[in-house]
Amino acid sequence: MSSEDNFHPPSPPAPLPQAGEGSSGTDSHPRAGEGCVGTNPFAPSPLENRKKIKETIAQWILGAVAVALVVPVVLILGYLVVKAWPVLSVSFVFDNPENRMTAGGIWAPLVGTFFLVLISLAAAAPVGILAGVYLNEFARDNWFTRSVNLAVMNLAGVPSIVHGLFGVGAFVLFMGLGRSLLAASLTLAVMTLPVIITSTREALASVPMSFREACWNMGATRWQTIRTIVLPNSISGILTGVILQVSRAAGETAPILFTGAVFFTPVDPSGWSSFFPYGLDDRCMALSMHLFTLATQVRGVSDEYLYGTAVVLVGLVLLVNGASIILRGYLRSRKRW
Amino acid sequence: MTPQMDFSLIILTALVCGCGDSHQSATAIRNEGSDTMVNIAQAWAEEYNQKRQDVKVQVLGGGSGVGIASLIDGNCDMANTSRKMKPDEVKEVEEKHAAKPQEIIVGYDALAIYVHKGNPLDSISLEELADLYGENGTLTKWSELELPLGSIKNDRIVRINRQSSSGTYFYFRETVLGKGKDMKLGSVDANGSKDAVSLISRTPGAIGYSGMGYATDEVKMLLVSRRRGELGVAPTLENARNGTYPITRPLQIYVIGKPTGAVKEYLDWILSPEGQEVVLQLGYVPLETNK
Amino acid sequence: MSDYQNTRRPGIAWRGLMDRCEPLIEWAIRLCGYSAILFIFAILFFIIWESRSALFGGVNLIEFFTSTRWQPTSEVRPEYGILALIVGTVCVTALAMLFAVPLGLGAAVFISEFCSGKPKEILKIVIELLAAIPSIVWGFIGYMVLGPIIMWTTGAAVGVNMLNGSIILALMSVPIIVSVGEDSLKAVPDSFREAALSLGASRWEIVYRVLFPAAKNGLLAAVLLGVGRAIGETMAVLMCTGHAVQIPRSPLDPVRTLTATIASELGEAVSGGIHYGALFLIGLVLFVMTFAVNLAADLVVKGIRNEQ
Repeated sequence: MSSEDNFHPPSPPAPLPQAGEGSSGTDSHPRAGEGCVGTNPFAPSPLENRKKIKETIAQWILGAVAVALVVPVVLILGYLVVKAWPVLSVSFVFDNPENRMTAGGIWAPLVGTFFLVLISLAAAAPVGILAGVYLNEFARDNWFTRSVNLAVMNLAGVPSIVHGLFGVGAFVLFMGLGRSLLAASLTLAVMTLPVIITSTREALASVPMSFREACWNMGATRWQTIRTIVLPNSISGILTGVILQVSRAAGETAPILFTGAVFFTPVDPSGWSSFFPYGLDDRCMALSMHLFTLATQVRGVSDEYLYGTAVVLVGLVLLVNGASIILRGYLRSRKRW
Repeated sequence: MTPQMDFSLIILTALVCGCGDSHQSATAIRNEGSDTMVNIAQAWAEEYNQKRQDVKVQVLGGGSGVGIASLIDGNCDMANTSRKMKPDEVKEVEEKHAAKPQEIIVGYDALAIYVHKGNPLDSISLEELADLYGENGTLTKWSELELPLGSIKNDRIVRINRQSSSGTYFYFRETVLGKGKDMKLGSVDANGSKDAVSLISRTPGAIGYSGMGYATDEVKMLLVSRRRGELGVAPTLENARNGTYPITRPLQIYVIGKPTGAVKEYLDWILSPEGQEVVLQLGYVPLETNK
Repeated sequence: MSDYQNTRRPGIAWRGLMDRCEPLIEWAIRLCGYSAILFIFAILFFIIWESRSALFGGVNLIEFFTSTRWQPTSEVRPEYGILALIVGTVCVTALAMLFAVPLGLGAAVFISEFCSGKPKEILKIVIELLAAIPSIVWGFIGYMVLGPIIMWTTGAAVGVNMLNGSIILALMSVPIIVSVGEDSLKAVPDSFREAALSLGASRWEIVYRVLFPAAKNGLLAAVLLGVGRAIGETMAVLMCTGHAVQIPRSPLDPVRTLTATIASELGEAVSGGIHYGALFLIGLVLFVMTFAVNLAADLVVKGIRNEQ
């Protein structure tokens, strides 16, 4: 800041860029251009004008950068949907792949993904939530807790293919599960564990300390406090984390590639067994794997069919994510503290 | 925890258990292996399931090596391969399972050489292919194949290869380069037979190999001759049957020991006219016509 | 706490049971708490265990890191050199960061400092959705859509190449850069902004002269986490980078990464064989690389906490 700045009071923060308001917006002071500095001590100096222009440029560039992130998403999703439009229908979702996987629908892989996600959720959610409870409610601030935190962060950063390798080593071979739905689900569970731990911990941390203190003062034990006060008050954040786990698990391919997903397995076209086609020790189809095999291995698949599969996969994941965003917003608005 | 939460946990548990319970008495046949054969295997599985609802055939691709590896590890019942088992693999099966692997030939495949449909090249010889793909090969430009310069926008030949797990890769290396030769590194390695063709269809300067069943309208199959200057042979059913097309290979299924039960029934069905019809429909060469 | 009393009444027996089992439950909670550490070590253990055939004798480790020849199935002399793969991973990641860092940090600054209310919410949600798109779909987009565009605009010989993979990876790692970057800008106390504002600084000057220095550790951590994500990405690079074992000479050359090599070859390898072990060894290299990057990010963030 040069000293001459101090003669002028700071200009108020610039408003948000509105349509049509460029650098010309700064000239709204008619006297500024007339050079009547003597008569109006509040007129912007040339330095201030330069500053203003710089800021506007920066604002527009940054805005363009942000928009540059939004545009490809919209374009890509739009393109996928347009290309997939001819095949998208209810029967596409609920029919099994037919005619050498070039026609029909995607029910068999879809239901496989559904089970992979559900079982991984059943395995990861209890462990993840309890781990979050431990880190926020029990752990003291010592080297051990710091290393647990570090481990959570690094577990989140482990590449998905390395999780796949771990799944092969630990579940498929060591535990003797073979390539199966269970082995693949457990691999996914380990991969998504840190997502649940982190969001549970954050949700618990947002419950004010005074709530716990009040409960302790009534003579409640630590676990009673957690069960009756902390968990019910942080359920929204925990749910958000669990839902994020679901969407991550649904989209992953690399961890299940070698632990349980298959190219094709027949699924009954209708009836009860079409909803429960896979046993825990069976291999299953999965939507993400299905897209990969369709794109690289299956002969004579029309592009629409490929795009359709991609759209359903993206749609599924975005639906789940959207649900988590809406839920978060709703519960946040209901927060009473 | 609220009662609602407890309840939802119970439902979740019930769902998971239900998934385990619903595993009916259906027999599962685990079938793994060659990407070239994965489509036939899948078609067989689909067709067979319509006939025999109680037998479920699970199909996994990934390459012939995958299938053989799984067979050795006891992870699958039938391995589809588009190459012969190596002696050390046979030995491993014998060591682990105390039984010899059985080889059953179920059809033939002619490996076609594909280029982009706009490519003026019509035929190529195995010698030129070896010069292109082989370790010490020198062929890198289209103009060196006596094509008019500029007929392809980018003169560099883009070699499309397969990932080294593929039986197609092994077969191509052995047949075109000869035994004990290595491929030149730096090729674009496609992840499947279809991937190779679809890459070529979108890359004007590309050349690659894949099963002839994978042809589409956007690619061109080249005539193949053994030596430079010889007349090329087209990859057709007849030429593959009578052996004039130089890159034809058997497709086989390996099982451990004499097949029994569901696996035997399935194999018998595959070799029946009904099963062989599937082979023909998919653009491969069925057995009967080969005799 | 009227809610507390209401929920307590039904099922007193259940509650009593829960209370009596408290030591057991606390024990379970602790065990779950340690699970992250357990899994990290389990991952490390099983990867090293499965790579034993390569680690102890099968593969010459010096050759492993210094040779550019990856010929695992050669019948003449199998060679396991991952230098070209490491270079591929590093090049793709670096090029991706060249796109992602300006985009990500720019968007973070815009969202945090120049935007408020509805537009801010919408931008944040879109970037969250960007993070949710599965990697296989990104791969598919790069393979089907971006490849032909790249060939058409740059005249590249083949559309699946380093540039393609980098653009896709950049889009995939931008969300984490934005969200961590925004968090670290948010963490700068408002008093800093107010002090600068009262001295007559414009908002850009606040960002440039006050926020960047104050939040530089957090921003660096954001970039590092983005790098970690890009290194570990598998399916997208498998489909987009062209998968060719070579040291790239230009961004338009196809390359192969460590992750893609495992994904495309693990299935083939007989478990216990040298090739199989070598692939797990690549997994170990990846684990160490991402661990180092994440650790660095963590230390950098710790750095800010200690300063303040």
